[in-house]
Amino acid sequence: MKKKNDWIDLAPLDAVPRRGARCVKAPGGRIAVFRTEDDRIFATEDKCPHAGGPLSQGIVHGASVTCPLHNWVIDLESGAVAGPDEGRARTVPVRVEDGRILMAAAPLSSAAE
Amino acid sequence: MAEKLIVIGNGMAGCRAVEELLARAPGKYDVEIFGAEPQVNYNRIMLSPVLAGEKRFDEIIINGRDWYDDNAITLHAGVEITAIDLERRRVADAGGRLYPYDKLLIATGSKPLMIPIPGNTLEGVMPFRDIGDVEKMTAAAKTYRNAVVIGGGLLGLEAANGLRANGMEVAVIHLVDTLMERQLDEAAGFLLKRELEARGIKVLTGATTESILGEDRVSGVRLEDGRILDADLVVMAVGIRPNIALAGQAGLACNRGIMVDDHMRTSDPAVLSVGECVEHRGQTYGLVAPLWDMCKAAADSLAGLEGEGYGGSAISTKLKITGIDLFSAGNFAGNEHTEDIILRDAARGVYRRLVLHENRIAGIVMFGDVTDSAWFYQLLREGADVSSMREILIFGQSYAGGAQLDPMAAVAALPDSAEICGCNGVCKGTIVGAIQAKGLTTLEEVRAHTKASSSCGTCSGTVEQLMAHVLGEGFARNAVPPMCPCTDHGHDEVRRIIAAAKLKSIPQVMQELGWKTPGGCAKCRPALNFYLIAAWPGDYADDYQSRFINERVHANIQKDGTYSVVPRMWGGLTTPAELRAIADVAEKFSIPEVKMTGGQRIDLLGVKKEDLPAVWADLNAAGMVSGHAYAKGLRTVKTCVGTDWCRFGTQDSTGLGVKLEKLLWGSWTPHKVKLAVSGCPRNCAEATCKDFGVVCVDSGYELHFAGAAGMEVKKTEILCNVASEDEVLEYCAATVQLYREQGHYLERMYKWAARVGADAVRAAIAGDEAGRKALADRFLHSQKFAQVDPWAERASGGVDAHEFAPLGDVTYLEAAE
Repeated sequence: MKKKNDWIDLAPLDAVPRRGARCVKAPGGRIAVFRTEDDRIFATEDKCPHAGGPLSQGIVHGASVTCPLHNWVIDLESGAVAGPDEGRARTVPVRVEDGRILMAAAPLSSAAE
Repeated sequence: MAEKLIVIGNGMAGCRAVEELLARAPGKYDVEIFGAEPQVNYNRIMLSPVLAGEKRFDEIIINGRDWYDDNAITLHAGVEITAIDLERRRVADAGGRLYPYDKLLIATGSKPLMIPIPGNTLEGVMPFRDIGDVEKMTAAAKTYRNAVVIGGGLLGLEAANGLRANGMEVAVIHLVDTLMERQLDEAAGFLLKRELEARGIKVLTGATTESILGEDRVSGVRLEDGRILDADLVVMAVGIRPNIALAGQAGLACNRGIMVDDHMRTSDPAVLSVGECVEHRGQTYGLVAPLWDMCKAAADSLAGLEGEGYGGSAISTKLKITGIDLFSAGNFAGNEHTEDIILRDAARGVYRRLVLHENRIAGIVMFGDVTDSAWFYQLLREGADVSSMREILIFGQSYAGGAQLDPMAAVAALPDSAEICGCNGVCKGTIVGAIQAKGLTTLEEVRAHTKASSSCGTCSGTVEQLMAHVLGEGFARNAVPPMCPCTDHGHDEVRRIIAAAKLKSIPQVMQELGWKTPGGCAKCRPALNFYLIAAWPGDYADDYQSRFINERVHANIQKDGTYSVVPRMWGGLTTPAELRAIADVAEKFSIPEVKMTGGQRIDLLGVKKEDLPAVWADLNAAGMVSGHAYAKGLRTVKTCVGTDWCRFGTQDSTGLGVKLEKLLWGSWTPHKVKLAVSGCPRNCAEATCKDFGVVCVDSGYELHFAGAAGMEVKKTEILCNVASEDEVLEYCAATVQLYREQGHYLERMYKWAARVGADAVRAAIAGDEAGRKALADRFLHSQKFAQVDPWAERASGGVDAHEFAPLGDVTYLEAAE
């Protein structure tokens, strides 16, 4: 069984399309995993800080995603909302190793507490 | 009484001279202009963009009929003058009619050279000189495949590019080793050749044409080395010759051209001449810029003013091929007294060379990046001593001319005498003066008043910067709004360049147009994706990652992240079997809500994303396909029951609605498109508030367009009446295609029609049979690639499988605690 400080091996990098996203079902709610054009991987909770829209369904551009419900733009690195709007989506540490996407386990289970 | 001025030649020089004269001495002359071509005065140097499909003929007209009328000028279009009687001061036309003059201005221009080789009179061998030639070339491109252009100079390359844009296979034959050798050095010529080859144009340099082959029509070209090129069309662009036949016969002194003095006077004091037909101080000119100075001098003479006269021209060249930036001026051949400063950036394809003679710029060659061309050219014309900034001169004004990285500061720093528009010879002072004196606020107004940027248009950016400099905030409000903050280009400009430069992917568009963000944004990406789909049907691969979620998963996202599913019901018709299948799907997947839509179909609301492929599979199995209720594309065709059942019905409105829906489904459009067909003027299907509506009447069909009943309620415009169903289908396909080609992304049809004018739409559809049929054909072609059921592709075809399944499930972590 995985421990809290483990990295969870999720899937190969190519399972997420470039300029796209997919979801991971997690105890505290869904996590969106994003892949940019230049193969960087980010993860945030799949909830826009504005009205809870599923960020994983948005258009990925640069290192940002635009929420599909009301076009808020979220910076993937920090989770912060861009521009005049305010708010922050919770981010989850992820990294790529040997072509596999690894996600930090700790924030996932703690989210459920 | 006014004196009589006769102008022979209704071209750019003749008319410009008259404009200059009217500005100096209105009413002094009673002006009559004779032109051998049947049109009003147009901008000959813009024929290349017309050939390339980037401009229409009406956009290159300089002076329309009203200019002649307003200035009481008599235009004899299509009347050729065949003789001049210097003694009696009168001219004669081909029919023998005589016209007396007090002053005569000859502006007969030049004739294209046709090289004297066997076969040069075959059908399909032609020059590139006037609008008639452009029409012949575009017509040939529709029927024939292979074109050969003889001559790799400015005109030849523009012709080659234009023919390529019309879909022909093009080869250019050039006598010497360097393309445009009169304007470019070897290095720049090589870069140009590489760029043209990348566009699919075959370039043969150092090649001599021996003969043109063919029986009646040309079939090929044989080179001296024995090679044979297939050719259905041969364009000769090897040069021009001053057209002096008429002047010579009349006895005016001619050498290569009609001899003129600094005041443009010929050997007869009552006769002046301007343009490409003249020889001045031993020089003849084949470019447009010198004409303007000649016309000023001629107008001074005619007005009786003591002008400075014409002192010859420095010449600069730009190639009018969209996407190729090239500039050359002065003498770049170099000799033992000159020095070169060269900057190369091979990866970017940039090359700059300045030729210095005694610390002054004598020649300029630039390829790939021409940003500082105006500044270098200004230094050349001023003969400025550049020794103090020599080390950094080549990097341009931003570095050498002071810290002016800001383009506004650069344009502010230019002297009033700096030439901004090379085509029309307009300097900064003239533009600034006109903006201030006449209160001009738009680029169009500046073009109208000063002619700056009204020809080739490459200086439009500089003119806009100048306007921003003069007007400050006042200008920005009037500028074309950019597509989004990622670019300064407006929608029309982006669409024009996609077509002209044959850009076929989003990264390519962003690269070529200098996008300011690495991956665009949620506004421009879907727009570019649509523009590319519309421009290159079958050729462009749809970029799903640049689509809004609804068009990516082919269902409508709801506020809780679930989706709604709407199967298509052709013309609002359904069957018990379809209804049964829908009922089964709703129960099987526990779909919480089933609702009728306003467009006569059924909406299944609250479907979970991962269930979508299975829901679609079941609906597909019952014969249903996507209703595109989520698409910027055809939504529904609403109908009433028509003659089959209704006692008032005049036509089969339901059947026609089904046909329209079968014709249009699957098409992508700038915004959603809704149709309706009503069987009689009682209009039960509410066709008069739809994007395209049909109201059946006894005599046939009344066609409507550009209605809406959303955020704004807008009654339709009437398009026209037609008699048959086939016509309804053709007119509708053509209207939708016109909207697809001109609409801005997310611009509803009624907004598009308001922007371009409902009359313009009517003229294009109802008033132009050939144009309408061509539009409908383009629509049908595009539909071949668009009419694929996206549900079937995803339910059973495996497209975008990653969309519908989670990447992973780590909910077990909770249990582990």
